[in-house]
Amino acid sequence: MVSPNSSTPGGQPGSAVASSADKTTIPDVVIRLAGNSQDGIQSVGGFLARLAGRSDQDVMTYMTIPATISGGPSIFQVRMGTGDILSSGDQADFLVAFYQHSYESHISALRPGGVLIYDTDHVKPNPEDRRFTNVGIPITSATVEAVGGTGKDKGKNIFVLGLIARIFDLDVPKLSQLIKERLGGRGEEAVRNAMMAFDAGYAHPVENLLGHLYRFARATSTGATTSRPAVTMDGNTAMVYGLLAAGVRYGAAYPITPWSSIMEMLRTELPKYGGLFVQAEDEIAAVSHALGFAYSGHLSVTGSSGPGLSLKMEALGWGSMAEIPLICINVQRGGPSTGMPTSVEQSDLLQALYGSHGDTPRVVLAPKDVEDCFYIAMEAARIAKEFSTPVIILTDQALATRIEAFEEPDLKALVKEPVLDLTPAPVDYKPYPLEKWPKHVPPGTRMLSGKYPTVTGLEHDEAGHPSASPVVHAKMNARRREKIKAVAATLPAHEIYGDQSGDALVIGWCSTYGPIREAVNQLRSGDQPIKVGQLHLRHLAPFAPGLAEIFARYKKVVVCEINDEGLHGYGQLAMLLRGAFANPSIVSVTKTDGLTFKVREIVAGVQKHLSA
Amino acid sequence: MSSAPVSAPLAEAPAIGGPGRAPLAKKTLVSDHPTWCPGCGDFAVLASFYRVLEKLNYPQENIVTFAGIGCSSRFPYFVNSHGGHFIHGRSLPFAAAISLGRDDLHVFAFGGDGDGFSIGGNHLFHAARKNTKMTYVIMDNSVYGLTKKQTSPTSPVGFKSKTDPWGAMEQPVNPMKTLLTAGATFVARSHATQVNHMTEMMLRAAQHDGFSVVEILSECVEFNEGAFDAANPRKGGKWQQIELKKNDGTPEDAARHDPTDEFSAMKLALADAPGYFGVFYEVNRPTKNKLERDLIARTREKTKGASALQLLESTFVKMR
Repeated sequence: MVSPNSSTPGGQPGSAVASSADKTTIPDVVIRLAGNSQDGIQSVGGFLARLAGRSDQDVMTYMTIPATISGGPSIFQVRMGTGDILSSGDQADFLVAFYQHSYESHISALRPGGVLIYDTDHVKPNPEDRRFTNVGIPITSATVEAVGGTGKDKGKNIFVLGLIARIFDLDVPKLSQLIKERLGGRGEEAVRNAMMAFDAGYAHPVENLLGHLYRFARATSTGATTSRPAVTMDGNTAMVYGLLAAGVRYGAAYPITPWSSIMEMLRTELPKYGGLFVQAEDEIAAVSHALGFAYSGHLSVTGSSGPGLSLKMEALGWGSMAEIPLICINVQRGGPSTGMPTSVEQSDLLQALYGSHGDTPRVVLAPKDVEDCFYIAMEAARIAKEFSTPVIILTDQALATRIEAFEEPDLKALVKEPVLDLTPAPVDYKPYPLEKWPKHVPPGTRMLSGKYPTVTGLEHDEAGHPSASPVVHAKMNARRREKIKAVAATLPAHEIYGDQSGDALVIGWCSTYGPIREAVNQLRSGDQPIKVGQLHLRHLAPFAPGLAEIFARYKKVVVCEINDEGLHGYGQLAMLLRGAFANPSIVSVTKTDGLTFKVREIVAGVQKHLSA
Repeated sequence: MSSAPVSAPLAEAPAIGGPGRAPLAKKTLVSDHPTWCPGCGDFAVLASFYRVLEKLNYPQENIVTFAGIGCSSRFPYFVNSHGGHFIHGRSLPFAAAISLGRDDLHVFAFGGDGDGFSIGGNHLFHAARKNTKMTYVIMDNSVYGLTKKQTSPTSPVGFKSKTDPWGAMEQPVNPMKTLLTAGATFVARSHATQVNHMTEMMLRAAQHDGFSVVEILSECVEFNEGAFDAANPRKGGKWQQIELKKNDGTPEDAARHDPTDEFSAMKLALADAPGYFGVFYEVNRPTKNKLERDLIARTREKTKGASALQLLESTFVKMR
């Protein structure tokens, strides 16, 4: 069951169903924890997310980290509940405020009727503001009392975790187990202190303050049974394991937020797999290293965020020209320039497609959720190898950092061990034949013709010899274009969720998948239901075939994306689709506030275009 | 689509170089005719490089030559080996990755003074620090030749070019000093007119276990004629060759250069142009290749050589 984020733990009309005198059953809840970056609120979010992954509940999280170097305000928002959780929620049902600034900055994110839990040691809420249920708890002093005098500011996150466990009737044995697993490495005392803080939070009397407690509705069986358990991780982590599963063993990069965690994990993991990852001196050296690994016969990865992708562009153009397989990940963030490094945006699409010089047709992919980060990495590896070409993966900050639970991939079927293929090349071997797409032949390969190939960024003939012939250049440009078009034939057919024809087709890419799905559900089931379908594009270049025919079945094609409406009133993907299909019913819903789409923004955007 | 099936039997394959095979000879190594101007110093460097490869006799398929952009960077087209022509200034990180990824390969990078000291200056510095096993040959002509005479980072003060019609005003790069400072483990210098010396320097560089650099003064006859005559005895110049210590106990040995002495190498590097020729510095420091291999071995030991599937399965269990 999918609920819009209008769940009402306050018992107002809506989706809440009272089941007993002291427990209110709710489908899901959005909890925002607001404190400072060293209060451990991220780890509370992590515990809740992982607990949900091990329970019936689904989960999605959203976090911001401060752009300051150390300390500073930080939040973690977790939405947990029954069924598919598709977005982290438009508004919070519960706000936990550790400090006065947490309260002041985030009270507007709490929906009217929501619950404010605040630390009475630090926060004085506005007594005039009667929109919320105010629950004051001496979080800091109660934690100090429970753990002992030394842990002044430590452990209050776990106290709050206990509090939340109590309020929402969470599985305490499973949570305790998670705490022990997570903190076990720090010794018995750390676990004991944490458990004391947890128990104190759990025992804190909150029923009287809240009026009642909550429990989640039982999951209704969707009929889909899986044999594999759920795993819980963020998008960047899923991307790393996708790369490892695909056989990527080499890579290089330069640190930049929010890409860095991928390179940090790869540097840690790759030696275990017999590979290595180089921290290069700059972005250009990084892509050059990665191309060098790829040239030498290894499946290789580089990555960055916005400005770093710009620096890699010349070398990526070389990769297209020399036809070297490479995976290049771009974790999009707010731009232009240094922009907003810790905020989300989807404004690097045109850069990914056209950022290099000359006519450089490319493959560009985008995952739709955390789970898909794993599969898109494998997909990129497949295309890069099969077509000997650089492949760019566009993910975004929201996907990179949010935590979701998903079904564990079928590793036995998916994991590939890389093989260095040094089969001698035949006497009639040509690296760049006009109508074939041979794989790159790495050094160490004997050339039975006795003639060894030189890969080059200069225009070249079929044998790889540099050539400035007008005829050769025209033919080779066409060859590179047709090669990318050939990728399209290998892509799965488009899947449309909801109405297969009708009023509107809502298109998105990357992290907007969940909010668009919720919006489509709302539009189809509201007071005045309309016929709406959702198409989420994972292959941005080339497109899988059939889009023009699909567009023709709807009155409007509404493209939702987190970037500016541009000079002509269209976001970047909308502009691309308009250019490709010359279809005036393609319209745009865009935003650039650095935040993910709220469901109501998409609903309003679609309604506006339909009534226009 | 994959490459076409092997259409010739392996027995007929030309297997050249390496133990038990036909030795590498110049005729095997010659590829396209060089596009350099008649009289260019780079011809001599190429001829010397053929001799180096003949002496080393590596399996032909395991030789890799890479370059950036510029006249000298056309080098890989003229050597019949695997190789390529990368973007301007970036051949070092590219070639270093080939070496790191494949211990079985012998990696050579080529470039000019613009590619190496200007656009690729940052990479030169970090390649020296990282000490990846490879050899970098810089053909220094102190001018941008391919683009027809602009100032290069090694052009002397007062040099007149299209970008400095009133004479260059910036302090030229001192390659030897720069490389020593950056921590390169093999630093040598030669002159394209001194073929035997140049061959010896490249041979020693190729045999060095680490990042080795040979700077070769290679005259551009079109745009910087006579630039290095001051070091060419046949043009009335003075050839100041570094005599290396032999540890033979003779009195004259005391005056010879100890290439492991960084201070003494720096003193040679500080001499006025055209300066000294020979091995300035040669020490052994663990290569990045070795350090990374050791790291892999250590971690593989910890994971008891688990397969990728086993590693991923055990990781995902922790994610539940």
